[in-house]
Amino acid sequence: MSINLAQSHSNAAPVSRKRSEDRAKPYYRTYVPYLFLIPGLLLYFLWTVYPLIYQLYISFFDWKIMPGQVSEFVGLANYQEAFADKTFWLAMRNTAGYAIVTVAGQMIVGLALAILVHRVVVGKRFFRTIYYLPVVTSWIVVSFLFIYLFSPGNSGLVNYILLQLGTIDKPISWMAGADTAWIAIYSLGIWKGMGWAMVIFLAALQGIPTELYEAAAIDGADEFGRLRFLTIPLIKRTLMFVFVALMIGGFQVFLSVLMLTGGGPLHRTEVALTYMFDEAFGKLNFGYGAALSYILAIVIVIVSVLQTRLFGRQSQEVEY
Amino acid sequence: MISTSRSQQRLFNLFVFLVLCAGVVIAAAPLFYMISTAFKGSAYVQEYPPRLIPETVTLENFETAFTSRNFGRAFLNSAIVAIATSVLVTMLAATMAYSFARFEFRGKRPIYRVLLIMLMIPGVVLLIPQFILASNLGLRNSLPGLILVYSAGPLAFNTFLLRGFFENLPRELEEAAIIDGANSFTVFWRVMLPLAAPAISTVAVFSFLGAWDEYVLALNFLTDETLRTLPIAIANFRGQHSTNWGLVFAGSLTAVVPTVVLFIVFQRYFIQGITSGAVRG
Repeated sequence: MSINLAQSHSNAAPVSRKRSEDRAKPYYRTYVPYLFLIPGLLLYFLWTVYPLIYQLYISFFDWKIMPGQVSEFVGLANYQEAFADKTFWLAMRNTAGYAIVTVAGQMIVGLALAILVHRVVVGKRFFRTIYYLPVVTSWIVVSFLFIYLFSPGNSGLVNYILLQLGTIDKPISWMAGADTAWIAIYSLGIWKGMGWAMVIFLAALQGIPTELYEAAAIDGADEFGRLRFLTIPLIKRTLMFVFVALMIGGFQVFLSVLMLTGGGPLHRTEVALTYMFDEAFGKLNFGYGAALSYILAIVIVIVSVLQTRLFGRQSQEVEY
Repeated sequence: MISTSRSQQRLFNLFVFLVLCAGVVIAAAPLFYMISTAFKGSAYVQEYPPRLIPETVTLENFETAFTSRNFGRAFLNSAIVAIATSVLVTMLAATMAYSFARFEFRGKRPIYRVLLIMLMIPGVVLLIPQFILASNLGLRNSLPGLILVYSAGPLAFNTFLLRGFFENLPRELEEAAIIDGANSFTVFWRVMLPLAAPAISTVAVFSFLGAWDEYVLALNFLTDETLRTLPIAIANFRGQHSTNWGLVFAGSLTAVVPTVVLFIVFQRYFIQGITSGAVRG
């Protein structure tokens, strides 16, 4: 931000610098700004702000989706049901577990890759591209891919490799048990997201002046010491940004679980959104689904507000 | 680096390179396996032992996919939806961002605040009301309906992204254009948009990818078979009882290749756009 301004100022003559400071205030027009604002704002309000309010309304009803049927007002009954619903709380715990495991995995692997790619002499761009590829591949495709990799029987690739290595002595039916299904779901989450974390860490590392490392080397700091006492403190803000962004993403886990296990066996791998989805579009309990959506949305807002409070003013900046 | 241990340094560089190559095998193996499976013949039973490189390469799965009912149509539908979404999001986010970046007006602050709060609400939790709203408006089983919902979702985020970019642009060019008699629309179109090309292309490509990949809304919105998009068509290749995985991955590859090409072409801008906010300060 400041770099751009500094450049434009240093290039300009002193006189025009004075003028541009006078003009720094935005100019006023009565209706022009609205012409720019309104089209986008209308679309946005119609499809997100209004639905958010409408959803609150729906959540107070035993909502009937079929035309002609009357929806019955039930007050807070959907919310009471949700708070007493063991499966929903299991799903919430699973969601939190997924967020914690995959965020840790993505950050550790992403940081390790970033440090290595930062150091490598040849092929920097090649490595960066390859590690980023899973990020741009669609969730639906990678979900099918992981179902295939974790196929039951001898010929599933993961089973085959583990059998060859002698880690297991008979093939695993990965999706048949909750514990093994989570392994597949977690590894998909980490594999798909690590490249994103890497790219951001890499940009942060490239911002560290090399003189600092040279000074540390002269002072006799070894590889680990430099990482622990130089790199990590210097990229702390970036670490926190990535942590917050990934946690918020982690709480929204949905499609991979829907495709890999559908929440099964017996709801054991259910996450908040798969449960909501099943209640609404599977069992047509739209009122209950709306209440679940609201609870999840509130939890996500609380988590992100808490994290941004803890970690400073990150929320003010918008990032990809 | 310090020159006393140059050979040690060289050895270390080689080590880093080899570790990264090993990492590439793990990171890329799943994608490579997908590609090779797509080019193997049709197979309902997985071969044993599994092969990373097909014994014989055949286009059979791709032929089956494109001659199957509505797959080509689905590809076309996805292209229409994704391009329209990309254009809409880019234009609307850019105009909103311009009004926030360069004007003062009544209601600016509260509107801005609402958008900031909405940023925290994940799109998926709005699935139910969006579904009901689309049904009520008669937009549910239609591509334009899908385009509108897809375009609305990412608007707030991209508005903030572009606003930040616009605010950092020097004002001298705009002022020169205004002195030359340009109105706000000309300034926006001829000065702001070209100057913001890296950010604009980031927004355009990411909103394209979002619409191209979307599955759940499309699954619930579109009941008419001829309207289905690519992710739905691919999912339909997965059989109830047994699946021809070659066919699934041939379809998947058809969907993935355009996104990877887009990514590699625009990579320079992406990295800039992805990291610009994150590593500041």
